[in-house]
Amino acid sequence: MRHGTAIAGIGIMTFLALVAAAFARDAQFAAHMWVLFFVLLGSAVVLLRNTSFSPAGPAVDERSGYMDGPIRYGAIATLFWGIAGFLVGVVVALQLAFPDLNIEPWLSFGRLRPLHTSAVVFAFGGNALIASSFYVVQRTCRARLFGGDLAWFVFWGYQLFIVMAATGYLLGITQSREYAEPEWYVDLWLTIVWVAYLVVFLGTIFKRKEPHIYVANWFYLSFIVTIAMLHVVNNLAIPVSFFGSKSYSAFAGVQDALTQWWYGHNAVGFFLTAGFLGMMYYFVPKQVNRPVYSYRLSIIHFWALIFLYIWAGPHHLHYTALPDWAQTLGMVFSIMLWMPSWGGMINGLMTLSGAWDKLRTDPVLRLMVLAIAFYGMSTFEGPMMSIKAVNSLSHYTDWTIGHVHSGALGWVGMISFAAVYYMVPKLWYRERLYSLRLVTWHFWLATLGIVVYAAVMWVSGIQQGLMWREYDDQGFLVYSFAESVAAMFPYYVVRAMGGALYLAGALVMVWNITMTILGHQREEAPIGGAAPALQPAE
Amino acid sequence: MERFFNYDTMRAFADSWGLLFLMIFFIGVVLFVFRPGGRKAAERAAQIPLKDD
Repeated sequence: MRHGTAIAGIGIMTFLALVAAAFARDAQFAAHMWVLFFVLLGSAVVLLRNTSFSPAGPAVDERSGYMDGPIRYGAIATLFWGIAGFLVGVVVALQLAFPDLNIEPWLSFGRLRPLHTSAVVFAFGGNALIASSFYVVQRTCRARLFGGDLAWFVFWGYQLFIVMAATGYLLGITQSREYAEPEWYVDLWLTIVWVAYLVVFLGTIFKRKEPHIYVANWFYLSFIVTIAMLHVVNNLAIPVSFFGSKSYSAFAGVQDALTQWWYGHNAVGFFLTAGFLGMMYYFVPKQVNRPVYSYRLSIIHFWALIFLYIWAGPHHLHYTALPDWAQTLGMVFSIMLWMPSWGGMINGLMTLSGAWDKLRTDPVLRLMVLAIAFYGMSTFEGPMMSIKAVNSLSHYTDWTIGHVHSGALGWVGMISFAAVYYMVPKLWYRERLYSLRLVTWHFWLATLGIVVYAAVMWVSGIQQGLMWREYDDQGFLVYSFAESVAAMFPYYVVRAMGGALYLAGALVMVWNITMTILGHQREEAPIGGAAPALQPAE
Repeated sequence: MERFFNYDTMRAFADSWGLLFLMIFFIGVVLFVFRPGGRKAAERAAQIPLKDD
């Protein structure tokens, strides 16, 4: 029977969701379980309508010989959640500028903000990582994904996690840990999905036909393993009730804060950096058709990065109750991270040596190069901001927000767009993208959006920092906090415009990718003009 | 349990044996990368994504 296990599993889960809704101890949990019930019920109905009772035939033969189904779905999910995340980002940016846009209680800034961060980091970035890791591991190991339908479980299980996290935020369910807001039962579900992801990925590596494990897989594997460790430790908590949404952390006080930022910074280091470096080490060589500049440098890049990153978290807690030595440790390790980060950046950029001319004609490669450039810039800015003297000015200001966005929009976003542009024609067996000129439009809209965003946040952040520490000659603070908020208004409006430009670029991409998947090719002049016809010598 | 797994012993272990282990491991990685014949192996590995699809 087709989908037999899935139908049984989802059926049982649907029933459990109904039971949990019935016995719920608080209203939010009840509402959340009703959401879960209807999502699962819908999924079960869809599967039942698509099942058949004939004996299972041979597995669908892919022309590529690899298991590409979950990757195709993943590419589409990446774009879907990307648009959702960018859109909510523009909305929360406008809410900061125009507080009347806060629609209480479900669409207030406090609930939409984690929706935005989770949507872009975990939904957009996470789907890009899962899809591209499945793509890369199969092609560099020359083996089909391990575990059969387990890859489908990873894909759909992860989507369920996203839906539960997002709806939970809107209902007001949160454990108030930045980037780890989902409550205990959603965390448990993600743990199951993540272990399945690890099994699929590791299993594929174990059955590889290529003797050497290519460096991109090392980066992906470190991302999967470390996120599992961080997620489990940071979310150790005791639920108040098995039928309630509230839980309490296993840690207290400053230990709790340190655990959270050990998690938080390594979510940056291993989710937003190591995983996407895996992308860089596969897709950049493929796009320029040249091997990586120095493979030995890439190995040292890998080990140096993972050995240093894990200690950098305490720089989020400068001038707090955290012991001074721990703050200094976090600062020193952050500064040491300059070396592997820039080594990796140079390695990525120098892969183009001898092929720089392709930048004129290949906008996908341009996206990759801009991503690597932003990787370099934000990994320079980050260590600088972790220096305690700089941090005393920058912390809690918009400068931090600008820094995060130059990393997220510039590095993570651009390399993900490039990977999707690369994969989609291959996954759907199309000769080329619908339009390369639309990729150029996307490139410039996104670039302009990031530059506007980051520049405005630098100005507003430094102004905020300076206003907060401005004393008069009698030792009184010159500005009240509200005055510093009012001064931010023009910057917040311009920031929303930068975000809107980035969103517009992503919408152009959706159009381009949709037409590519549907099999259309736009007739257009090649970029850089046609090559001049060769004249025979006279 | 409490005699061994308390803050002081864990801390002392981390900044002596733990630190030593990580340092040796890392230096070992660097030496391994630059071993004789390492360049050839690296060049072969770098070709893995380009061989075919």
